[in-house]
Amino acid sequence: MKPSAFDYVRVASVEEALAHLTELGDRARLIAGGQTLMATLNMRLSAPELLVDISRIPGLSGIRLNGSTVTIGALTTHREIERSPLVAQHLPLLAQAAPQIAHAAIRNSGTIGGSVAFADPAAEWPACCVALDATIVIQGPAGGRRVRARTFFRNLYETDLTPTDILVAIEFPVTPLARRSVFLELSRRRGDYAIVGLALLARPAEGLLHEVALAYVGAGPVPMLARQAMAALEGRAPAASVMQAARAALAHDLQPGSDLYTSAATRQHLAGVLLDRAVTQLLSGGAAPHAIA
Amino acid sequence: MPLPEAEICLTVNGQVVRKRVEPRQHLVDFLREALDLTGSHLGCEHGVCGACTVRVDGRIVRGCLMLAVQADGRSVETIEGVSDSGELADLQHAFHQRNALQCGFCTPGMLLCAGELLATSPSATREEIREHISGNYCRCTGYQAIVDAIETTLASRRATAGASEA
Repeated sequence: MKPSAFDYVRVASVEEALAHLTELGDRARLIAGGQTLMATLNMRLSAPELLVDISRIPGLSGIRLNGSTVTIGALTTHREIERSPLVAQHLPLLAQAAPQIAHAAIRNSGTIGGSVAFADPAAEWPACCVALDATIVIQGPAGGRRVRARTFFRNLYETDLTPTDILVAIEFPVTPLARRSVFLELSRRRGDYAIVGLALLARPAEGLLHEVALAYVGAGPVPMLARQAMAALEGRAPAASVMQAARAALAHDLQPGSDLYTSAATRQHLAGVLLDRAVTQLLSGGAAPHAIA
Repeated sequence: MPLPEAEICLTVNGQVVRKRVEPRQHLVDFLREALDLTGSHLGCEHGVCGACTVRVDGRIVRGCLMLAVQADGRSVETIEGVSDSGELADLQHAFHQRNALQCGFCTPGMLLCAGELLATSPSATREEIREHISGNYCRCTGYQAIVDAIETTLASRRATAGASEA
């Protein structure tokens, strides 16, 4: 199908974009990479009066290391993150997750800011942000604010963003050298949205897991931080009984839904299967931040 | 009320094009309808099938997930331009030799997609080829032959590169 008619403006600054949003509220939509919005426009699931193109605002793109924080601009594409040496060195979880996002042609255009702002619970970046305890940087008419990813995602497609806000960057704490990460997902075909997926970080020491963070993709209305399973694993060796307890805890942590292909019970079961695989992979290596050569 | 329009200026296959477009028109409709470049195909129109793959500023994109107005100031390449330049002539020959197309609907997108792999991953394995073309559907179920053709082209380019270094 073809989109319904809309007007279009390309803005050169965040302030200019905010002025349009303030004037039109939710009758205006921001477009950056457009890899989700364009499909919904084509299917007329979205019919804005005005499309505000923020894709060429200078300074909203790029990956910078500042002390112990990596800041990724909202307009940075999935492909740039996938290929960034800085990300591979300091945030290996993101380097592991990026190739699982859709397909090459979509990763060339889609942006991390768009993905996080859209907040699809089946998408990769929101779960990574929650696992890594990232901070979302937002600009609104009244100024800027920072919101922890762990409180940013409120409900299905609902975030801390108001119709007059723009997500401008995401700040990630650098992953310490001893902390390893694993990103896994199960999908019916390459590049499809995951049936279920997870991001796991932990610091293994003498067979014990420390500083465990576990966030799920496609297992609830938002990216789901699995707090009880994290507690079940924290400070323990992942023996069979510990893993069993962690899998059981996932029943409290997750709220998977059903769709045409996969029941909630299957998703819940697969979440436990992935947890076993992820812990095994993490102990046998996982991805570690690189020591600086 | 008249529909909104915008003037855009872009390069298409090396030629400067200046046109008025409706903002709602996506890039592939613009290429096909305003410029008669019908080599880029429109399949699903929501980013799933890959038949509309074109290059913008050297990178492959979904032509149905980009508006023509967003291509303003950019350089767009389609299968017509890439065929004329001969850049993918060896890949096109391999597709022919390996019978890597039946109806041909997916072929322009498949060629441009594979072209990016040829340029960026000269030693890609069959698994990596499959991963890279996973966003391009062939409904004649010709994937095996398509992977064969891409693999053959990668190998012959490596051999040529090796010979020129020797």
